[in-house]
Amino acid sequence: MPHAALQVGALTAGYGPVRALREVTLTVGDGAVVAVLGGNGAGKTTLLRAISRTLGFHGGAVAGGEISFGETRLDRLAAPEVVAAGVVQVPEGRRVFARMTVADNLRAGALGAPRGSRSVSLERVHDLFPVLLERAAQPAGLLSGGEQQMLALARGLMAQPKLLLLDEPTLGLAPLAAERIAERIREINRQGTSVLLVEQNAAIALRVASEAYVLETGRVALSGPAAELAASDEVRRRYLGVVDEDAAADAERIADAAPVLRRWQP
Amino acid sequence: MTTFFELLISGISLGAVYALIALGFVVIFRATEVVNFAHASLLFAGGYVTALLTDDIGFWAALIVGIAGAAVVGSLVEFLVIRRYRGRDHSVLAIVTIGVDIVLLTDLTRRIGTDVLPLGDPWGDKIVQIGPLAIPETRIAALLTAALVIAVFLLAFRYTSWGVAMRAAAEDREAAALMGVRLGRVSLSAWAVAGALAAIAALFLTVFPTPGLERNTSLVALKAFPAAIIGGLDSTTGALAGGLIVGVTEAMVTGYQDELSFLGRGLGEVAPYLVMLLILLARPAGLFGTRELTRV
Repeated sequence: MPHAALQVGALTAGYGPVRALREVTLTVGDGAVVAVLGGNGAGKTTLLRAISRTLGFHGGAVAGGEISFGETRLDRLAAPEVVAAGVVQVPEGRRVFARMTVADNLRAGALGAPRGSRSVSLERVHDLFPVLLERAAQPAGLLSGGEQQMLALARGLMAQPKLLLLDEPTLGLAPLAAERIAERIREINRQGTSVLLVEQNAAIALRVASEAYVLETGRVALSGPAAELAASDEVRRRYLGVVDEDAAADAERIADAAPVLRRWQP
Repeated sequence: MTTFFELLISGISLGAVYALIALGFVVIFRATEVVNFAHASLLFAGGYVTALLTDDIGFWAALIVGIAGAAVVGSLVEFLVIRRYRGRDHSVLAIVTIGVDIVLLTDLTRRIGTDVLPLGDPWGDKIVQIGPLAIPETRIAALLTAALVIAVFLLAFRYTSWGVAMRAAAEDREAAALMGVRLGRVSLSAWAVAGALAAIAALFLTVFPTPGLERNTSLVALKAFPAAIIGGLDSTTGALAGGLIVGVTEAMVTGYQDELSFLGRGLGEVAPYLVMLLILLARPAGLFGTRELTRV
């Protein structure tokens, strides 16, 4: 019996008249890494914002369903209370505080954590990302993209989350840097933090995750163990860019039937 | 030369007081992105409370109550007005603060009427002789107090959790909320701190050589606007620099008024705004205003 699992039940959310999520149901077990795949506009980021209670910053709102983490109903809380409940989101595009030093960014990350936990978290974070210790006094805006992503992850970890929500952590990174981030995410998970990973880079996501969901225009289209999904033709074709001859013919047929899918192909 | 140094010192002292006001202005702008046109009335409220109580409970106690009072007025403005408009356009909020300013000032000037209220400070009109320089004690007290308060403020801004939360929220509200920063508290504390700083400034704007708190004091406080803008609206360092520039300019131009009489009387009142215009022509974001610092 997992003691702190994230349960999303029949979640419907949107921005004004626009429905971005329809009846999405999803579970992240204690200690699991769950990936959410999907193209642009599939609702991946909206899902994370609904969980972290930051839809309001974008004029959005939850219209139905429920979200709970362990015993706590998250969908009635404010964003800082979600952090206090142990669920921390690392936003898309890194969003480090560019004018603050690396050290101050990490301090900011610890603002939502219990008092006195900062030095322990700082040590853990510096073990995971030694480069941040070297760069402690530099303004975060001057770090490279990969380093900024590490800082964003580290900043999220400073709040001592039980569940980390990651929004496109490898977006815009060189393949090598993306690989390194993926490896760190696995390490963070090994240390006991559950992860809900939203990614367009399906190859990386399916390797890191144990389970995966595929979102399409706001609905869960597929879900299952990551290995199974990675082996399924549909996912291989659409998200992994694996094409054999049969599949290519299939893909063309599908593309004709639903032209909207074309932009998802790498 | 003696005159020059006397004017310089009085200008720096005046500038330090403007810097206090400008600093509060910048804090509110950074925490809430609101240009606070009600700042002069916060200052006025602090001065009024001090003047009201000084006879009964003594100057120092009255000053502390005045500072606390201005902080409370600032918090109330945030809590009752600004918070209700959250998420609206920032220019709408700026205009809302003009409304708040008019309401507060009207009430305070109605209470004061044509009186001039002394704040009962212990310095009076005493003059200190330092070598050949004759400097009013009030100017020295203003300079020392402002320097101390500003130093404490900047250290807190840099090293305390409050300061980190403040700077984080100023840079990226959503990311700060994701870190567990309570934006409501940040905004409330910004208004309270700005009120307290303004109340300290109110004291030094109304002591010798000024007779006391009167209905025009809020106009004097308006000179902190060019100070904040010269420095760059979102920079604490800028508020200091801007305050000093405005203070020294004003003192110098007023002091050498006779030499400048071909430009007309009362140039000291106008000079800070002229300096502001010139500086903005060269640096549209102010001296220390944000330049973009990002790498993608």
